[in-house]
Amino acid sequence: MTVAATNPMPTPPAKATHSLLVPNAAMGRRNAAEKRFRAYGLAAIAVSLSVLGIMLWSIFSDGLSSFFQAKLTFPVTLSSEVLDPAGNGLREEMTKVTTIGYGKLLTAAFTAELAAKGISTEGVTDKQLAEMISKDAPGVLRAKVLGDTSMLDQTITMSVLAAGRIDGYLKGRVTMETAERDGNISPEQLQLADRLKTARILGSSFNTRFLTSPDASDQRPEAAGLGVAILGSAYMMLLVLIICVPIGVATSIYLEEFAPKNRWTDLIEVNISNLAAVPSIVFGILGLAIFINFAGFPQSSSVVGALVLSLMTLPTIIIATRSSIRAVPPSIRDAALGVGASKMQTVFHHVLPLAMPGILTGTILGLASALGETAPLLLIGMVAFVDNYPSAPVEGFMDPATALPVQVYSWASRSDPAFIERSSGAIIVLLVFLVVMNVTAIILRRKFERRW
Amino acid sequence: MTVLVLVVATLVIAGVGFFLGRSRALSGVSGNVRDLHSLPGYYGWHVALMAALPAFGVLLVWLIVQPIVIERNIGSLLPAETVADATAFKLAVADIRRVAGGLDAAVLAGALTEASAAELTSGGTDVRAVLAGVGVALGSDVTNDTLLSAQMYRSMTATGALARMIAVLAVALAGLGYALSVTRAEFRARNRVEIVMMGVLITASSIAILTTVGIIWSMLSESLNFFRQYPATEFFFGLTWSPNFRGGSDLGFIPLLWGTLYISLIAMIVAVPLGLFTAIYLAEYAGPKVRAWVKPLIEVIAGIPTVVFGLFALVTVGPFLRDYFAQPFGFGNSGASVMTAGLVIGILNIPFISSLADDIINSVPQSLRDGSYGLGATKSETVKQVILPAALPGIVGAVLLAASRAIGETMIVTMGAGASAKLSLNPFDAMTTMTVKIVGQLTGDTDFNSPETLVAFALGITLFVITLGLNVFALYIVRKYREEYE
Amino acid sequence: MEGPIQMKDIHIEERVVSDHKAKITARGVQVYYGTNHALKDVDVDILAGTVTAFIGPSGCGKSTFLRCLNRMNDTVSSARVVGEILLDGEDIYDKRVDPVQLRAKVGMVFQKPNPFPKSIYDNVAYGPKIHGLTRNKAELDEVVESCLRKAALWNEVKDRLQAPGTGLSGGQQQRLCIARAIATSPEVLLMDEPCSALDPIATAQVEELIDELRSQFSVVIVTHSMQQAARVSQKTAFFHLGNLVEYGETGQIFTNPKDPRTESYITGRIG
Ligand SMILES: Nc1ncnc2c1ncn2[C@@H]1O[C@H](COP(=O)(O)OP(=O)(O)O)[C@@H](O)[C@H]1O
Ligand SMILES: [Mg+2]
Repeated sequence: MTVAATNPMPTPPAKATHSLLVPNAAMGRRNAAEKRFRAYGLAAIAVSLSVLGIMLWSIFSDGLSSFFQAKLTFPVTLSSEVLDPAGNGLREEMTKVTTIGYGKLLTAAFTAELAAKGISTEGVTDKQLAEMISKDAPGVLRAKVLGDTSMLDQTITMSVLAAGRIDGYLKGRVTMETAERDGNISPEQLQLADRLKTARILGSSFNTRFLTSPDASDQRPEAAGLGVAILGSAYMMLLVLIICVPIGVATSIYLEEFAPKNRWTDLIEVNISNLAAVPSIVFGILGLAIFINFAGFPQSSSVVGALVLSLMTLPTIIIATRSSIRAVPPSIRDAALGVGASKMQTVFHHVLPLAMPGILTGTILGLASALGETAPLLLIGMVAFVDNYPSAPVEGFMDPATALPVQVYSWASRSDPAFIERSSGAIIVLLVFLVVMNVTAIILRRKFERRW
Repeated sequence: MTVLVLVVATLVIAGVGFFLGRSRALSGVSGNVRDLHSLPGYYGWHVALMAALPAFGVLLVWLIVQPIVIERNIGSLLPAETVADATAFKLAVADIRRVAGGLDAAVLAGALTEASAAELTSGGTDVRAVLAGVGVALGSDVTNDTLLSAQMYRSMTATGALARMIAVLAVALAGLGYALSVTRAEFRARNRVEIVMMGVLITASSIAILTTVGIIWSMLSESLNFFRQYPATEFFFGLTWSPNFRGGSDLGFIPLLWGTLYISLIAMIVAVPLGLFTAIYLAEYAGPKVRAWVKPLIEVIAGIPTVVFGLFALVTVGPFLRDYFAQPFGFGNSGASVMTAGLVIGILNIPFISSLADDIINSVPQSLRDGSYGLGATKSETVKQVILPAALPGIVGAVLLAASRAIGETMIVTMGAGASAKLSLNPFDAMTTMTVKIVGQLTGDTDFNSPETLVAFALGITLFVITLGLNVFALYIVRKYREEYE
Repeated sequence: MEGPIQMKDIHIEERVVSDHKAKITARGVQVYYGTNHALKDVDVDILAGTVTAFIGPSGCGKSTFLRCLNRMNDTVSSARVVGEILLDGEDIYDKRVDPVQLRAKVGMVFQKPNPFPKSIYDNVAYGPKIHGLTRNKAELDEVVESCLRKAALWNEVKDRLQAPGTGLSGGQQQRLCIARAIATSPEVLLMDEPCSALDPIATAQVEELIDELRSQFSVVIVTHSMQQAARVSQKTAFFHLGNLVEYGETGQIFTNPKDPRTESYITGRIG
């Protein structure tokens, strides 16, 4: 310390001793900077959360209406002259009558009802009148009649979908002004719709078909539903579960409990962490090239979708499983090994059951992210228009299907704005599933959280 | 016997084997479990595994080999020039498969009997109509060669299936017999079973490697195919992208790269400050209550599927930017634009950056904060001058990871950026990205031999290399940083 | 442990205890961490130009009290401070007092050396920069040099001022932290076990430094080692279970403690 002692020490600049109680100018500036900085932080949070809010609000305000649908209710006499020209009531003969015949029957019944109720159809041509009924309705009626031929010649009250534009009018999407410019609908039709509404022929009711029907073509947005998409997503989630859990758990057990520290293990580790960050579309390319082109699995099938999603989800599940295995204290392993259990028995009898809640939580969260994944499914053909339900498992896994998020995308890319409503509605359904899964995971975590 | 039935049969044999093995072990020691080397269950498992595993192995090999063998033999009935031309041959084989599948379906639906399907000639019946009747649409009429080959294909497949069944079941039973014959009291069943389980564990953990290999192999082989048809320099340095499925396309990669980078840049300009300030506020300012509420809410953003953001870009952000910015200021009138996609991706990335940065800021030791406060620094001075510099490597890593996500993002750009490849500086122009074009070139009707389709694989591997590079670098930085404070 | 034998190690110099006036006056200080009553009714006068040592078994509240003196406890959300602490007659817990400004006057050195991950130069320059104490680079250079000299570190680091501070040895790091603390020219310097992470040689260097610093600052040092307290301090306060048991001249505390608890502690029976 001699150095310090012998050197003449220049002192720091003399500082006038300010009273602590008197605010000084420099401090004012610094405190203002402090306040600004804090405000930036708050603003960042506010921006993020309000964008989230706006997004959810815009989706719900666009989409909630898809759960309600305009319907026309009127009596229809199922005249056997039209529906059973052969006159023998045989179902085989009746199938020869196409939907066109049923369409005419519906139109006639609708016109008759208007006349009976004394509702003026002023300014609406017959063709326009017919177009107010959804193009989907004749098919529904035909299926109904063919399903129960005893209904012939009876008068039944049919509740059929109104055309998409009428539905849009009830929901405020179509207005008199837009109808002026729209070739598919005229203001007069909308005025008629108002009269039908007062006459209680036209009404809006809960739309279960949105959840159960398959997709519908561009001209029939009112009939489009999520049935195939929900089924397809369910199939895929089931398969992903079946594929991922055993492989993920086996990998995690190996890496955590048995793996020697060597090049191979390192390679596996590096691969897992990198796969977790590979863009999802790359997995789609993989699926297309390997599962479809090379292995020959059918395009658009749930099984290919599930394989692709599994490869994407595996890293997530492995990471979660490993951390819950790691959280089991070594003392438990030592105890089991100490009573003469083999390493394998220790792991399967003691470690794994204790790690189970964590594995379950991780799996659910992994599934939730797989459920929302879209891009890779586009490449393996799941955007295709599918209006048949896939059959029951196991063969159903090979049938063409679509998935909820893909349905969102394919509806969003159609031109009719009615499909934007459907698309938002599909998102609501998707979000409900995601919320349920995440809440389950949170509850599980709370319930089984253990402090060692 | 279909594969599924065969699998079930094998499993049944294995199941029976389990009980046989167990009871044999027990009867060997007349029920005295203590005399056995392992628990009785292990003897059962040993028999079951010995029955099932080799049989499944045979089945797997068979499934891979049989189509190759059949394909090779089918060539004999086709014209020599078709066989010589790889592309034509591929198409012919695909045709044959379709017809054969159609005949199967026809037999199944009862439109044909097994015998009539085998004897069908293209002269006698309108095969196309018959197949159309059972829902198999063919592009053209069926030639005699194809029909004959299809019939041969069917008979070979049928023979193959029979042989397969016999082989698989024989192996299963042989395994069962062998395992039962070695089941004795002193047999170390548990060790055997554990070795097999170990093998299963190791195989499962190799899937990650297989996936990577699969990704690289699938993209590389098709990319090489592409570069054989389209010069690599023109791809990597070409300034125009105008694919034309009739040939003569310009497939320059630069406009796509530009679109990708431009959008990612905007995304990062949005996400980095918002994410960082969010993290700073949550880590340094927010009380425990605020934190407990706000942090999960921010993370909700990360849990929302990207297609939802895509729709948001398409119906809300795009029109908003167009009506209130692009049109009034004369920047164009496209809803889909670099700005739209960039903003939305930026929002998507906020929680990603904020939660990574939050972790990193929290791992800066408290002693550094104390040191700074002890010198009379304000909170913001401490954050700016001590915490952020200390956390910088980690934050850079997080930003790189976020950038890699922005580059690889697909749905938002597909729905919000547009599809025209342009080299423009105007952020309100619609532009396109690598991922959009991968989707575009690979969906719809695609011919896997034209450069217009194959280019998607070249784009894919380029994307993979870019993002992988960013990720590896970022993970390296983050790990390095973690070590520093542990 | 044989207490009396240990006492031989403690060499207490005859010191003239000057009649310095009180720099800090604490009255009735209580600290609660949530419901934990960590500090009970402490009254102390810290004199100017004096080294005051706080001793006591660990967990007795020495650090807690030290951290009250520059309001570092404000950064602990669960901590609540009651009572009155005056610096030069002004209540530092007054609403008008900015803790930031207070800490510039009452500097602090911590138990574990905590240099910022910056260069040696920037570590020392940090305080003057944030408080705007210097007008230009030359002045700042001068302050950095003088503080490093005072901390007896200058000769070791003058050729690598731009090297990271974290690259120094433990003893050097702690002296760097002291240099950093005195660069804001505080009036009081609080040191919380500054030598506990250091080897004996580094400890000796720091102790020597403390003695020199006394000429300019009042120094308060928390220490675990009674030898250290005896070597460097003129006044000693003994804490036990949150109470200030005894406070007085260092010589008196070590040779003639009034309270039996103090005696037990310095003879090694508690602690
Ligand atoms: N940040 C804190 N939060 C809660 N309790 C604390 C905290 N710091 C110290 N304590 C408690 O206050 C008491 C005194 O601690 P401290 O002042 O650190 O003791 P010393 O420095 O004398 O060893 C201890 O019981 C300790 O548990
Ligand atoms: Mg302490």
